[in-house]
Formats: sequence, structure tokens, C-alpha cells
Amino acid sequence: MTPKPYVREIPRTTWYLSRRGDMLHMVHEVSSIFIGIYSLVLLWGIQSLAEGPVAYQAFLDGLSSPLLLAFQWVTLALVLFHAQAWFALTPKAMPIQIGEQFVPDGLIAGAHYLAWGVFSLVVLYLAGVF
Amino acid sequence: MKSNKPLFWSLFAAGGTVAAFVMPVLLVITLLAGYGMVPEALSYERLHAVAGGWPGKIVLFVIVSLSLWHAAHRMRTALHGLGLRADRAVAIAGYGIAALGTVLSLHYLLAI
Repeated sequence: MTPKPYVREIPRTTWYLSRRGDMLHMVHEVSSIFIGIYSLVLLWGIQSLAEGPVAYQAFLDGLSSPLLLAFQWVTLALVLFHAQAWFALTPKAMPIQIGEQFVPDGLIAGAHYLAWGVFSLVVLYLAGVF
Repeated sequence: MKSNKPLFWSLFAAGGTVAAFVMPVLLVITLLAGYGMVPEALSYERLHAVAGGWPGKIVLFVIVSLSLWHAAHRMRTALHGLGLRADRAVAIAGYGIAALGTVLSLHYLLAI
């Protein structure tokens, strides 16, 4: 008689809730869905821009709907999470070697943060926000 | 081509970088517009002029299409992780929307 093999039950839809690392990974994965939907919102903006001022105004009005405002806040939070996780991953995915030495992870991630900060400020300035 | 994995992966990686750099500041701008403080650059005349030139078209095209491919690729593992076991359908839907979005963004940008 062969003993019944032990199979550990893993809940298929909630497995990531029990460990912090899994949970954060899941948040990062889900951020992609919001990024995708926001890309479609931007596509809608481009479409309305091509159609004329009336359609474009309807797009701007759409941005102020409670649903889209809430969606944008959630997406902003998720995309900031994505950015920090992505910058932390970049030195792992693309290590830079100079001579015998690898450039420290922190330096590569730090350079990304710096570039990101400068870029964001320049865009806000060019957009006329300040 | 033996496998289309490298193609989808490079689009995913490029899109992830674009989304990380560009989307936070874009969201700040569209949120301001949503609260009625429409930044100068989002006025119809200004944005139409920007999107009317080639640099503007290329930048907008890259942002929208690469972000869509990033989302499509990662959505597969995201939905698998959430318990959905339908990778083929998810892949077809995701990549399909990304491909359609790419074509549509090109179409609309060329019409501006």
C-alpha cells in the first residue's frame, strides 16, 4: 500500500495574501492592468484631439467624472509603486560592468530616480503647471 | 522565428520603462485637468499643435503603444496570479487590444 502523497493546499485566488513579498509582487503585477487602461484613456484623448475641439472638450470633461478621477488616483499610486519597483529591478536585469567591477545597484537605481525627478519637473514646467 | 518570446519581452521591458518615467507626471497633469485646472499644454490649440508635428506624434505613439504592450504582457501573469487559468484567451485578448491600440493611435495621430 503506497502512502497518499502530501499535497499542500494553496488557495488559487488568495495565495499572495499570506506573505508580504508575494503581496507586493501581486500589487506590481496588477499595476500593469491599470497602466493598460490608462493607455486606453490616453488613446481616447488622441482620438478626440483628431476629431476636433468639441470631442476634445468631451474628453476633458470625461477626465473630471468621479469614476475617472478615482481611477486616476489609484493608477497614480500603482504607477509610482511600479516605478520604484522597476528602478530597483533595473540593475538586476541590466548590470553595468566597468573593468572588473560592477556598478553598485544603488547607484544605478539612484541615477534612475534622479533622471525621473528631473524629467518629471521638466515635463510639468513645459506643460505650464508652474 | 523560433519563438516570439524575445519580441514580446522587449516590448514589455521598454513599455515598463516608459510607464515608470512618463505615467506619474502624465497622471498629475490629467488629474489637474480633471479638477478643472487644465494646464496650458492640454488646451486644444497647444496639444493639437504639439501632436501636429512629427516629434509630438512619435512621443505620443511611443507612450501609448509601448505601455499597452507592457500591460498586455504582464496581464498574463497578473491574471494567472489572481487565479484565472485561461492564459491563451488572456494572451489573445491582451495582445489583440495592444495591437489594435497601436494601429488606432497611429491612425489618429496621422489624422492630426
